[in-house]
Amino acid sequence: MKRWLYPTLLLAALIGLWQVLADTGALADVFNIESFLVPSPSEVASALWDNRTLIVENGWVTLKEILLGFGCALVAGLAFAVCLHLSETLRTAFYPLLVGSQAIPILVFAPVLIVLFGYGIGPKLMIVAIICFFPITVNALDGLRSVDADAVKMMRTLDASRWQTFQRVEAPTALPYVFSGAKISIAVAVIGVVFAEWAGSSSGGLGWLVFQYNNNLRSAEVFATAFVLAVMAMALFGLLALAERRVVTWR
Amino acid sequence: MRQDTKMPPDSGANSAVEAPPKSPSHPAGAELSVAGVEHSFGQLRTLERIDLEVDPHTVLGLVGPSGCGKSTLLELVCGLRDPDAGTIAVGAVGDAAGRLARSAFMPQRDLLLPWYSALDNAALALRNHGAGKAAARRQAAALFERFGLAGFEGSAPNELSGGMRQRVAFLRTLLAGKPLLALDEPFAALDAITRAEMQEWLAGALGEDPRTVVLVTHDVEEALYLSDRVAILSARPARIVAELRAPDPRAADRDAAVTDPAFVAVREEAMKALHEGSR
Repeated sequence: MKRWLYPTLLLAALIGLWQVLADTGALADVFNIESFLVPSPSEVASALWDNRTLIVENGWVTLKEILLGFGCALVAGLAFAVCLHLSETLRTAFYPLLVGSQAIPILVFAPVLIVLFGYGIGPKLMIVAIICFFPITVNALDGLRSVDADAVKMMRTLDASRWQTFQRVEAPTALPYVFSGAKISIAVAVIGVVFAEWAGSSSGGLGWLVFQYNNNLRSAEVFATAFVLAVMAMALFGLLALAERRVVTWR
Repeated sequence: MRQDTKMPPDSGANSAVEAPPKSPSHPAGAELSVAGVEHSFGQLRTLERIDLEVDPHTVLGLVGPSGCGKSTLLELVCGLRDPDAGTIAVGAVGDAAGRLARSAFMPQRDLLLPWYSALDNAALALRNHGAGKAAARRQAAALFERFGLAGFEGSAPNELSGGMRQRVAFLRTLLAGKPLLALDEPFAALDAITRAEMQEWLAGALGEDPRTVVLVTHDVEEALYLSDRVAILSARPARIVAELRAPDPRAADRDAAVTDPAFVAVREEAMKALHEGSR
């Protein structure tokens, strides 16, 4: 009970405080800006309601980009991780590059991809997929590598085929790692998609919408759209965490 | 499930199996013969001229100081490794794949898979052999009562006690249906009381369902109680310093058996050989 009550109360208090500070103009005074640039929570809520059609339409575009990009990355990343796990040559060649690539802020290549692939949904999908690919691959591979060598020996003396060992020992061992990678991926996917939509969009999306509102100084709408993006990110992460709890029951 | 392993090696009756070269020192009757086996890990010599023979349905105990290469010897026997020199034959078949097909290995740690229930862990070999889930479960469940595991079929491994986990692991090994069982310190992780209970239990289980067993342990008493013969290994590189016959293998009353003067005398002899071999 307290687990939920206290954070909820805290959140409500913060929103209340923000409402008061925005209404009295105290926040605008502190930042030394016009008060219409600092919307109160109630203004954000009504902006959300008034623009609901636009936000839902663009939200759907963004969600599609995230899910398709993430889905591609999941399939490709898992397949690549399994290949690297099975071939030592491939692994020694690729693994250092994979780990090193984690340090590259891949987002900086977004404009390059836009230039190369145009302004449709394609480059956005690709950016999301590329961003998601690396954490999924590296985590899945680490999971497969963490398999207990004695368990594999045991499976061999119990007449397991290579596939049976993979299916009954290696894949379940790797599963929690795959979920960790997927959760990291989905969180960065939301950042990636917003950036990709900023970098070049004629196909819409919440990132593009935030950009439009921002250019028109409609700060209540900027807040409302950002709020929807935040909720979307949390919901996707929460769904993955829920799936993990349902699937990985032995931890 | 066992193939006829008593066939003389040169009779040609085994022609279905690719006949590996056999050393003349492998008698036809033995389930396991180890002849002149040497092994090293790079520069580190682990085994030196090991000769062993185990008759069908008998238990051979292997006792030696920690790190002497007992587990390596067991992996060689099971076909998980190949020796640098010498020959190993399980049921007169000498190549690693053939040994692997004829022996089941029970590792030191129980290695129960946490994503499977006790029943599914026990049935693992049956599933590997292609049995459906339901059929494999039925076959494994039939043995749960006898193994003192009734009512725990659906339990997760972490809900079982150490002794129960070890029994599930043994059942898993048994259900592989192999003629040779290789047990690597199966009770080392258990407390003294549970270990004694498990030894008595294993003695009973082997009485009901006799198998050829190689039992690796560092516990002389355990080896002499459970085995027909005990080979004492020296410190690395391991060689056999003594082979002793156990006075009353797998006696029903363990406590009486291990305090019997004949048992105590053999144990003293084994301890002496172990000490001399560790120097």
